[in-house]
Amino acid sequence: MRGAMDKKIRVFLAKPGLDGHDRGVLIVGQALRDAGMEVIYSGLKQTPENLVEAALQEDVGILGLSILSGAHMALIPRIMELLRESDAGDVTVIAGGVIPNDDAEVLVAEHGVARVFGPGTDTREIVAFIREREERR
Amino acid sequence: MKDSPNDLYQKLLKGDRRAAARLITLVENADPSARQALKMLHRHSGGGHIVGMTGSPGSGKSTLTCRLARHYRDEDRSVGIICVDPSSPFTGGALLGDRVRMQELSGDPEVFIRSMGSRGALGGLSVATNDVINILDAFGKDVIIVETVGAGQVEIEVVKYTHTCIVVTMPGGGDEIQAIKAGILEIGDIFVVNKSDRDGAPRAVADLEMMLETKPGTSEEAWKPPVITTMALAGEGIDELAAAISAHRGFLVESGLLEEKTVQRMRAELLEILNLKVSRAAENALEEEGVGAELVRRMADREIDPHSAADEVVEYLLKRAGR
Repeated sequence: MRGAMDKKIRVFLAKPGLDGHDRGVLIVGQALRDAGMEVIYSGLKQTPENLVEAALQEDVGILGLSILSGAHMALIPRIMELLRESDAGDVTVIAGGVIPNDDAEVLVAEHGVARVFGPGTDTREIVAFIREREERR
Repeated sequence: MKDSPNDLYQKLLKGDRRAAARLITLVENADPSARQALKMLHRHSGGGHIVGMTGSPGSGKSTLTCRLARHYRDEDRSVGIICVDPSSPFTGGALLGDRVRMQELSGDPEVFIRSMGSRGALGGLSVATNDVINILDAFGKDVIIVETVGAGQVEIEVVKYTHTCIVVTMPGGGDEIQAIKAGILEIGDIFVVNKSDRDGAPRAVADLEMMLETKPGTSEEAWKPPVITTMALAGEGIDELAAAISAHRGFLVESGLLEEKTVQRMRAELLEILNLKVSRAAENALEEEGVGAELVRRMADREIDPHSAADEVVEYLLKRAGR
């Protein structure tokens, strides 16, 4: 029936820390938009506190973090902690940018990041991953 | 994990931002469970001043909204912001970037910003936006700013029934009036020429003032929309804009028009909901075998004309409703 529920996947893409590179995150944003998702973009240089507050207000299911500054081991654990403190541990967190594999493993195993997408990832893989996560929610 | 509508309602009234965010999601998804909470919230709404912000793309609406919100925060008033942006009619997706221009507000829990995709195809945007306004109103926000591109009927409807409607334009080599789409000049309570450091700003102001001066149906005691120049990025003209908004509010209160506007808003809201319900009922009827489907076939065979077919559907719906 037309006019029934119209559920959409909402994604918040954020750039934490001091990092001026947003080409990658915008390409991901366009791919997710073209896959029918509602993508909210934060803009550059967000603090963990600010972006967690924004993610809560926007009530997103997915939080995507793009970091190319090398500060991921400081920023991401802090963001995960803030989410848990805000009772929002159910938000799926994914990350991308320049994150070495060893660090990625720690972020997933110890900090609760759902997945880290490295350079060269096919955007279709990200779309499929998000859809699968949201279906399970 | 999932809160009941009553839980959401209770939490929202206690100032829980997540409850407000969750309820807005339910409204956006046209989830029937939002209804119960909206019903209870209605009597708590009505305290906030609702400001519409519209204008052509790139005129600086988001930056202006951000600066205006900062102004209100300095006065210790809480602010709700709703940014409506178009969804793709092809994929239904949207890239919502208004927060990029509002970074200095992020982190302040007294400013609640929500980005909405227009989700065009369903035609429920006005209804959903009104619901979100009411939620933020009941949530206790003193000022609620609704920002939308002034293109398309639905977007205009959204800002038309706010308390104070601001129309934003910028100097553009004589095109500033052109940039204001037909039907928008009539609904502006305040006009803003933003980016006033650009060439042609005085001319843009003069043109606008002349257009407003010669607007038909303007009486002596009616509100005269001021034209204000701003440089939102530099924060210039924001105090003047805020002063114009409170002057407009004062005018509405003194003239008794605030009540009239509220009634108009309620009427428009009711009509939007009815439109949505009736058109959904009609669409469903068209898919019913032996009713709409049959009529459509007869139209294709040139047995019945479209107007008579529509009359038959209306009669069918009325008869069914009367049962």
